Amino acid sequence: MFIQVKNLTKTFNNNPAVSDISFDIKKNQTVGLLGPNGCGKTTSIGMMLGLIKPSGGEIIIDNKNLNKEKRDGILSKINFASPYIELPKKLTVKQNLEIYGRLYSVKNLSERINELSNELDLKQFLKKKTGELSSGQKNRVSLAKSLINKPEILFLDEPTASLDPDVGDYIRGYIQSYKLKNQVTILLASHNMNEVERLCDNIIMMKKGKIIDRGTCAQIIKKHGRSNLEETFLKLARG
Amino acid sequence: MNFLKIYALGLRHIYLISNSLPRIIDLIYWPTVQIFLWGFISKFFTVGSTYYTDAVGIILTAAILYDFLFRASISYNIMFLEEIWSRNFTNLFIAPIKISEIITALTITAILRTLIGLLPAAALAIPLFGVSIFKLGVPLVFLLLALYIFGVSLGLLVTSGLIRFGPSFENIAWASLFFLAPLGCIYYPIEILPEVLQVVAKALPLVHIFEEMRNILINNTIDWFQIIKSISIAIIYFILGVIVFYMSYFGARIRGTLINMGE
Repeated sequence: MFIQVKNLTKTFNNNPAVSDISFDIKKNQTVGLLGPNGCGKTTSIGMMLGLIKPSGGEIIIDNKNLNKEKRDGILSKINFASPYIELPKKLTVKQNLEIYGRLYSVKNLSERINELSNELDLKQFLKKKTGELSSGQKNRVSLAKSLINKPEILFLDEPTASLDPDVGDYIRGYIQSYKLKNQVTILLASHNMNEVERLCDNIIMMKKGKIIDRGTCAQIIKKHGRSNLEETFLKLARG
Repeated sequence: MNFLKIYALGLRHIYLISNSLPRIIDLIYWPTVQIFLWGFISKFFTVGSTYYTDAVGIILTAAILYDFLFRASISYNIMFLEEIWSRNFTNLFIAPIKISEIITALTITAILRTLIGLLPAAALAIPLFGVSIFKLGVPLVFLLLALYIFGVSLGLLVTSGLIRFGPSFENIAWASLFFLAPLGCIYYPIEILPEVLQVVAKALPLVHIFEEMRNILINNTIDWFQIIKSISIAIIYFILGVIVFYMSYFGARIRGTLINMGE
């Protein structure tokens, strides 16, 4: 298994945010992490990114224990994109990509920036300040930053939240085509069930810090006797 | 330590400064205002005070040195706050960089911001008031070094507070140096303070720095022991700052505040 999460637990001031969850993700799989707000998705991703120290359990990435091995060695293989974090607004898009390329020790950085600019259609605003971009453009830049190091593991937290359907579709299409061309394992937290059905091989459903179900989209929909993932989500979230 | 990553972290702030003329003007503006303000005050004192009559420019030199300390510390804090304000904090902390690389990059880049502010102000003081901090000679380098190390140490302590308490600690960042100014004996000798406070003041490098500055300008002698003492105390504060920074970082990982910083 490429990512192994074993009995992961996080408690904040005696309030359990994540309670004893375990799951495995195979290399090059895309797994959706679903659940209502406050169910522990972001805390789980935070622990897998090394930003939050677990209260218990283990995270093993590519046979390396995240809490025992040197953090920067593991983080060089990982990246993260979320609309809730941003890049410095006063720096140009190119400057931001250059800074993060250097932080991730990317070789042939100019070439990599060019490559991502072409793929994500960033060329026309590379010299523009990041704060002057539209939400859709910022999202594409954020995605470019998250791919700058050709990550082996990509964490995506609601990558299309607050985007119009057209841009949302563009981002989803890009992630699909990127995965076809590159070896990448993706953990996707999303509230967009169409997105999850389109991108994910497997899903993990969380509620109140616990995993309440897991499997392929089709398996879970069938198991709960619903016609689509949206209805299944509502049943599980409200049940 | 990877110096290319330290360079990248520094480059982020160099880009920020070079992309914005208002930022450059802001860096120069405040030290210049200080020079004008204290230039006129010191002119007044040299007329009215016998203590300073033989050493015109002591107050202004003290103001310039104090501003150097102020800029070093504030630069450090500002660079860290920039990451919080721009909501870039999480991106930075998930990048494969060591905490020691973050501290080194901030420490090195802070000197650049500090010098952008200090050099024009120090140069202006020469034609305007006939005061040059360079009259302090070689010891100036060591006094500035002690001030810089202490300024960065204060910056480290404040940024530790930002990590521990979040952006709400920002006001402390601004006020931190004003708390220490009275104890630092910047503009007056240590004997002015009550005896109890003199003991506290001696634990700060500022007293030794500014006492030595006055000693050089008034008595034309150099007490190297005092200079070494000031640097040594500053280094102790720096080590303390680094320890507190690490503790705050590990504490923030336990509390989960690194992921929400800036929101």
